[in-house]
Amino acid sequence: MHTHLKTYHPYVSPFDPCKPMVEKTYSTPPHLYIGFQPPNLPQFSPMEALRTGTLWKAFYDPWYSPYEKGNKGVPS
Amino acid sequence: MWIYEKKLQYPVRVSSCNPMLAKFLIEQYGGADGELAAALRYLNQRYTIPDKVIGLLTDIGTEEFAHLEMIATMVYKLTKDATPEQMKAAGLDGHYADHDKALFYHNAAGVPFTATYIQAKGDPITDLYEDIAAEEKARATYQWIINLSDDPDLNDGLRFLREREIIHSQRFREAVEILKEEQGKKTIF
Amino acid sequence: MKQVPAEYYHLMEQLQAVDFVLVELTLYLDTHNDDLEAIHQFNHYVQERKRIKKQFESQFGPLQQFGNSYSGHPWNWDDTPWPWQV
Repeated sequence: MHTHLKTYHPYVSPFDPCKPMVEKTYSTPPHLYIGFQPPNLPQFSPMEALRTGTLWKAFYDPWYSPYEKGNKGVPS
Repeated sequence: MWIYEKKLQYPVRVSSCNPMLAKFLIEQYGGADGELAAALRYLNQRYTIPDKVIGLLTDIGTEEFAHLEMIATMVYKLTKDATPEQMKAAGLDGHYADHDKALFYHNAAGVPFTATYIQAKGDPITDLYEDIAAEEKARATYQWIINLSDDPDLNDGLRFLREREIIHSQRFREAVEILKEEQGKKTIF
Repeated sequence: MKQVPAEYYHLMEQLQAVDFVLVELTLYLDTHNDDLEAIHQFNHYVQERKRIKKQFESQFGPLQQFGNSYSGHPWNWDDTPWPWQV
């Protein structure tokens, strides 16, 4: 399945003082995969475009804070 | 020349008086990958880049000033009616002593803005790669600020700004493709 | 305390939405100068923006100056609120 969030698992030493974060994530937004934008990509309505920050659905990749309800920093 | 419009690009809201968030946000105002550095970088590069991409640099540079105004609005609203005690509790006592509530072009750690943030090498590909990197760095900075913020209205505006970095990066990548093309033919990828 | 009516926010958001489409299409056309359909869409929203700008300015005063908007009497360009104040 294609995601815009990749994960990796850093080495954990028994001498690491902080509680280990066993899984780390990083963002790989859609523009990394699209190349030169083809014509006629599906669009949002003007009001949706303003709210999302892009006119084209293919580039939409929202980022949420861990504090925001229903999200753990994971873009949906 | 530039014409000012009495309008924000996006309707900025913040939900609480929270000078601590202003302290983080100022990174995008006067920091190395902030909106001021971006606007000045792109507009400055226009003079030494092929004609085909001058329009793009002009337009993205201009949009960055709209983003600078959004960040300023956020900082203004987060600190507007904060008491000196609240400023102090937010770690802004040093800022308050020097500037009161005035905005200042420095980063989240208080380092003043410097021209060294505005990279310009004069080689078109080098400069566009610099611009792509700058957009990705600004995108990441927005992620970290959103992660630090528990203000849903502020995050809504920051999400808009992060999405704009994605689009700008996309357009700069396309500009590189345009400059790479063999002269006299047009390829669509 | 003078405050703007709800209509200000409503009309402003209409303008922001249309202007945002124009920003997006501008950047797109900067790298796709041959896309006729996108140019038609752009010109359509130029018309739309003119209509909303006129309506907004008739109720809330000039959006631009240096001659890009008409003035009322007295000079109303510097009337509050400024964008960061609303």
